[in-house]
Parts: sequence; C-alpha cells; structure tokens
Amino acid sequence: MLTVQNLYASYGAITALHGVSLEVAEGEIVALLGINGAGKSTTLKSITGVLRPVRGSITFLGEEIANKSPESTVKKGISLVPEGRDIFGSLTVEENLRLGAFANRDRARYKTDLDEMFQLFPILKERFHQAGGLLSGGEQQMLAIARALMSRPKLLMLDEPSLGLSPTMTDQIFELISGLHERGTTILLVEQNAERALEIVDRAYLLTTGSLEFSGTPDELRRKVDIASVYFGGEDDDHCEVQL
Amino acid sequence: MIDLEFIINTVSLGSLYALLSLGLVFVYGILKLVNFAYGEYIMVAGYAMHVIGQNRGIPWYVTMAIAVLLAAAVSYATELVAFRPVRTKSLTALIVTSFAVSVFLQNVVLITISPRSRAVPLPAFFSQTLTLGTATIPVRNLVIIGTTIVLLIGLTFVMKKTVLGIAMRAAADKFTTTRLMGVPANLVISATFIISGLLAGVVAIFWVGRSASVDPLIGAAPLLIAFIATVMGGMHSLVGAVIGGFVYGLLFNILSIMLPATMISYRDAFMFMIVILFLLFRPEGIWRGGYTEERVG
Ligand SMILES: Nc1ncnc2c1ncn2[C@@H]1O[C@H](COP(=O)(O)OP(=O)(O)OP(=O)(O)O)[C@@H](O)[C@H]1O
Ligand SMILES: [Mg+2]
Repeated sequence: MLTVQNLYASYGAITALHGVSLEVAEGEIVALLGINGAGKSTTLKSITGVLRPVRGSITFLGEEIANKSPESTVKKGISLVPEGRDIFGSLTVEENLRLGAFANRDRARYKTDLDEMFQLFPILKERFHQAGGLLSGGEQQMLAIARALMSRPKLLMLDEPSLGLSPTMTDQIFELISGLHERGTTILLVEQNAERALEIVDRAYLLTTGSLEFSGTPDELRRKVDIASVYFGGEDDDHCEVQL
Repeated sequence: MIDLEFIINTVSLGSLYALLSLGLVFVYGILKLVNFAYGEYIMVAGYAMHVIGQNRGIPWYVTMAIAVLLAAAVSYATELVAFRPVRTKSLTALIVTSFAVSVFLQNVVLITISPRSRAVPLPAFFSQTLTLGTATIPVRNLVIIGTTIVLLIGLTFVMKKTVLGIAMRAAADKFTTTRLMGVPANLVISATFIISGLLAGVVAIFWVGRSASVDPLIGAAPLLIAFIATVMGGMHSLVGAVIGGFVYGLLFNILSIMLPATMISYRDAFMFMIVILFLLFRPEGIWRGGYTEERVG
C-alpha cells in the first residue's frame, strides 16, 4: 500500500533522514520506533507532504506522492494524527471533527461517521460543543484520532499517541488502535512506548539517527535489540545495540 | 456632552473603524502579514465610484456594489499575482511585497486618472441629517451602524457555520495542521483576501462619503487607523479587531470633545501616545485571542 524508498529529508542544512526505506501492506499494522530525534516524525511529515523530501520515492497505492501537498495526500487516503495531538484548541469539538471530514464532504456520510465516532469515543459526544483546548490530554488525543478518522483514511498514521498520557489512558488508546486495526484500518504507528507498541503490531522498523537499523517482526526485534537500551537509555544513554 | 448625538456618532465611527480593522486582521490572522496595500483597496473602490458615477444613468447602489466587488477583486488579484509567489519565502518578503503593491496601485491611478483629487457623486441621503429631539444626526452615520450590524452578523455566520469559515479560523491557529485536514492552503488564503477586500470596499463607501472625493493617497489614513485599532484591540483575533475599532472611535471622539481647541490638531499625537502605552503595557491588545504566531511556510 505504502512504499518508501531511499528517502532523504532535511531541515535546511540538517539532514534528518539518510535513505529510509519502509513498506506497509494493506491491512497491516506497522510500528516505527526509535529514540528522540531519530527521524520518526520527519518520516511521517515527508509521507504527508508537510516536508518536501530531498531525494527518494514515496508511493501510495501505486502512485508517486513525494512532493505532493498535504491537502492532496489526505484526499488520497492518508491521515495523520500529529505529534502532540495538535487539535484546534479554539475550535469546538464539533468544528474539529467537521474539519477532519473536509477531505470527504458528504452530508449523509458525515452524520454516520460522526455517530461512529460517538460510539468509539462517547466523551466527544458529551463535549461536542466545548472548545477543544478545554479537553484533557487524553480526551484531546481521542479527538485527534477521531478527527483523523473522519476522512475515512485508507492509511492511518499515528505519531506518539500515548505521549504524556496516564497508564490507564495509554491502555485505552492502545486498545483503540488494535480495535481500529481489527476493523481493517491499515496503521503506521510511531511510538516511544516500544514494549506496548510491539504487543499490537505485525512488524516494526527501528530508526537510528535517520537510517533504518532494523526491521522485522516484534519477536525478531525483541531478540536482536535491547529495547530498554533504545528507550530508557540503559547505561550508555541514547545508543542502541544490535546484537547479531 | 455625552448625549444621544455623541453616542450615535461614536458608535458609527467605531463601526466604521471596526470594519476597517477587521479587513486588516483577516489577512494578518492567516499570513501574519500586515498588508500595507490594504488602504489601496479602499482607494480602488473610491475611484470605481468616481468613474462609474460619471454615468448618471447608473443607480447609486449599483455603483456601490461594483465598487465593493472591485475592491475584493483587486485584493484577490494582488494575492494571486504578488503575494502567492513570495508566500513561502519569508515574512520580510511578504511585507516588502505589500509595500510594492501599495505603491504600484497608487501609481496606476496617478498615471491613468490624475494625481489630484476627484469628485465622487453620492446619493442625497449621504449628506442629509435627521433630528431626534435635540440631537442632529447624519443619516450616513445610521447607515454605517446598520451596515456594520449586518456585516458582523453575516461574517459571524460564515466563520462559525460554514466549513470554509471554520477552516479559516483553524488556519489562523495552525496552518499546516489545517492543510493536513485536506483544506487547500490557496483556498483559505484567497478567501481571506477576498473578505478583506470586500470590507475595504464597504469602508470606502463611507470613507469617501465624508469628503465626496478620492485621491491616490486616500488609503494611507485608513491603513494607519486600522493598524492602531488592531494593536489596541488585539492582532490575534477577529473579535479583538472589532473591539479595537470601537475603542479607537471612542477615544478619538472623547479626545475631540475634551481637548481644548488649540490642541485639537494634536489629536493624532495623543492617539499615538495611547498606542505606545498599549505596546509597552499590553502588547497583546485588549482581547487576548487564541491565535498562535505560526508562520505560513
Ligand atoms: N523543524 C525542524 N527544524 C530543524 N530541525 C529539525 C526540525 N524538526 C526536527 N528536526 C531535526 O530532525 C531530526 C529528526 O527529528 P524528528 O522530529 O523526526 O525526530 P523523532 O524521531 O520524531 O523524535 P521524537 O521521538 O523526539 O519525536 C532531529 O535531529 C531534529 O533535531
Ligand atoms: Mg517525533
């Protein structure tokens, strides 16, 4: 479904990605892991078109989408739940969801999709007319996910959805993500919480300073890489070791 | 001194300034650009009224409608031709471009029409007055208030109830995230320039209506007022702009009746003093809006 090949991306003089290649097949749930600054968000930004890649190709459903604008990639069916939620704080929950459905404007469909979101996130129905900025962190994350789902994405990308959430809230979000996957949504998940992510994904990629260090199933990853050293720094802080 | 006449005239002046500021802030909210060519959209509408008004056969309301639409069209055209190509470069490039557009438009009328002021024919009621008890009120002032009420209700509807309006509010807050929803950047930006131009056109009718004439530099004063009013009210929200406009109108009229005759000509100096105080002690303006400073990249 999504194929990224030899992707280079930079912020001015800083090159953040040095030839990243990854693939997500239809119906799959794939994790993209890595320490802070590894280039996970940069990869997602390149896929959505927020950042123009320097080199490399990104194809989605057989179509080249590198250098396409963010507004056109969402219309093709890629939806992002951005890092730090990034909901519209001064807009109401309703307005946030209406914008989420912008790419896919059909009055009748909007109503059914909205009902579906209320099923998934009852809290959003309660807070429908409140400003998004007044929601708690977890509620904002739910709103961000619901907003992304309103465009009926073929591929849903989530950038650290559990960031800053309480353990209970994190459980809920992970349950939700596996639920979405079971319903048939293809998912690319970026997570700091590697242990939790590996429990629900089919495959994982490990990114270190802008290039892929490893890819494989969760079991393979657990066997070859000391996950704790990747995320909690271990003794030699942000360095991770691959034991081959 | 604070009588019905004062109140109506102040509300009317405030209304005009509110529309004026709103037009400036619409574009500022999205692009973070103070559009120095904004005054020229007013000038364009003024000249449209001058030119079309030569033909006595055309009713005044048609003339005015064309003038307003022309201001919107010119605003949109400047966005397409001048601002869009430099939008992703830098804010400085945008500001310099807006100066260039301003000077360009001034010179167009200077060369094609005249450097000197031209008469603008207006309907009779623009110079009539109404007597309410002891108060003498220009009909024009009542029309301004009515027009402003209608426009503010209309704009509130657009911004709150239509998807495009919601998208514009979202884009003023988080531009990139708004694009991630599938909202085309160009659509939002063009819409703000068109609304800004429409407001400039409406303001032009009443601005020109005071002196019944138009000249190439007529845009300078309203631009300055809009700028001062938005600094006072708050650059970061539409509500702030409206508040700023009314506060400006009120302060201006209070100064007019409080200052001794010998100091009336220093009224603008007092206004600037107030602005400096605002910049020093409340730089975010009266109304703290929710907009952030994210630039459009
Ligand atoms: N806007 C930016 N301007 C300049 N450099 C940036 C910018 N955003 C990210 N970078 C740099 O690019 C590199 C990759 O950043 P990225 O945000 O992709 O990391 P990440 O893997 O998402 O990290 P985190 O887990 O902290 O979110 C980092 O070195 C970072 O400093
Ligand atoms: Mg990140």
